[in-house]
Amino acid sequence: MSLLTMILKMAEGLSKTCAIFFLTLLFSLPLGMIVALLRMSKDKVVSSVTRFVISVLRGTPLMLQLLAVTYGPYYLFGISVSRNKLIPVVIAFSINYAAYFAEIYRGGIESMAKGQYEAAAVLGYTKTQTFLKIILPQVIKRIMPSITNEVVTLVKDTSLAFTVSYQEMFTIGKQIANSQTSFTPFVVAGVFYFVFNAIVDFGMGKIEKSMQYYK
Amino acid sequence: MILEMSNIKKHFEDCEVLHDISLNVDSGEVVSIIGPSGSGKSTLLRCATFLEKIDSGTIKYEGQTIAHTPDGEKPIYLPKKEMVKVKSYFGLVFQQFNLFPHFSVLRNVCDAPINVQKRNKEEVEEKGRELLAKMGLADKADAYPFQLSGGQQQRVAIARALALNPDILFFDEPTSALDPELTGEVLKIIRQLAEEKMTMVIVTHEMSFARAVSKRVIFMDGGYIVEQGDPEKVFGDPSEERTKQFLRNYQQ
Repeated sequence: MSLLTMILKMAEGLSKTCAIFFLTLLFSLPLGMIVALLRMSKDKVVSSVTRFVISVLRGTPLMLQLLAVTYGPYYLFGISVSRNKLIPVVIAFSINYAAYFAEIYRGGIESMAKGQYEAAAVLGYTKTQTFLKIILPQVIKRIMPSITNEVVTLVKDTSLAFTVSYQEMFTIGKQIANSQTSFTPFVVAGVFYFVFNAIVDFGMGKIEKSMQYYK
Repeated sequence: MILEMSNIKKHFEDCEVLHDISLNVDSGEVVSIIGPSGSGKSTLLRCATFLEKIDSGTIKYEGQTIAHTPDGEKPIYLPKKEMVKVKSYFGLVFQQFNLFPHFSVLRNVCDAPINVQKRNKEEVEEKGRELLAKMGLADKADAYPFQLSGGQQQRVAIARALALNPDILFFDEPTSALDPELTGEVLKIIRQLAEEKMTMVIVTHEMSFARAVSKRVIFMDGGYIVEQGDPEKVFGDPSEERTKQFLRNYQQ
């Protein structure tokens, strides 16, 4: 198999890699905020249950969670494994990343000075207005570097989808490597991830820059 | 009477911060509150501006009861919806300014009148620019707080409080976080407001300023009002030993 055919075959899987990447961000970024708010709830039961769930999600391998979400329903309830593996893959990724994002959000929210809340309260802003207009924009600016870290990790983590044989770029590369007994597909995969992340870095840098007008 | 606070009690954990404090403020009056740190001055302001909940007592603005303890147990405040209106009766200027760093100076001043009081944007912005001009900051409308000195930030904070058209303005040690050479510009603004008959309650450590600007001075210590009255009397010839002691320490 020529190098070009190899690259083209693997590139076909890139759309699926992108699907995991973008769908995971789409669901996990807002879900993480909900989890963060539950984690900070004044209700002790709610906050400690959330805390436990977060610690399970962060304390066990994502690979294991992928297997659990994909095959768990079959072993537990006899529900047949869905043919479109994208659904369980995105569910597992979104939940896992939401746990990480939640802790980043929480760190950002808790780092806000009390004076910002007090100034808003005295001016008559409601709690929702205070959060959305005053607190959240500042939190987003503060946590951008940590978010970028997670997003870069996510690009590379999409390769874990091979464990449930979802035909994304790395899974295809691994199959080619096996059938051709060649290491080249892994090098190609490495280049793909690196370029993908260079683009991510550039985009995130732009977003960070757009928030540099204040300190 | 703009503000009537009667028999206010407040404790934190097992520490009694306010013992049965009463404070009335008349329209146009300038009241300074002095006293050592931990005497309850700031807590009193924070209770008046609803940043802290009272344990018991009554708070009235414009004769309207906002908080009271009818059965002597839990304090009852007006429902949240009505509190939004109540909050336009007063403004509070903080020691640490607490401007919103992501808003321009003009937006810091105008955002609450537009989005909380739902007033007309053009009118509010016109008034906001006027207020900034009055604070000597006409050219800073588009700047961001981090680009300003402490004194300028505090003047923006005063403009922000005034933009809501409050009947009374509270100052919580407005110059304590400023470099000495910057306190003058903030005190000048407060003095100017006093001349315009703005009703104000000022917690301060600037004794000569308090003496010059206020109509009444209150000396607090240990959660009690020890002495109050005409500034010349309180500063010049205090009747309580504790007041004398405090003022003596201050002069050293």
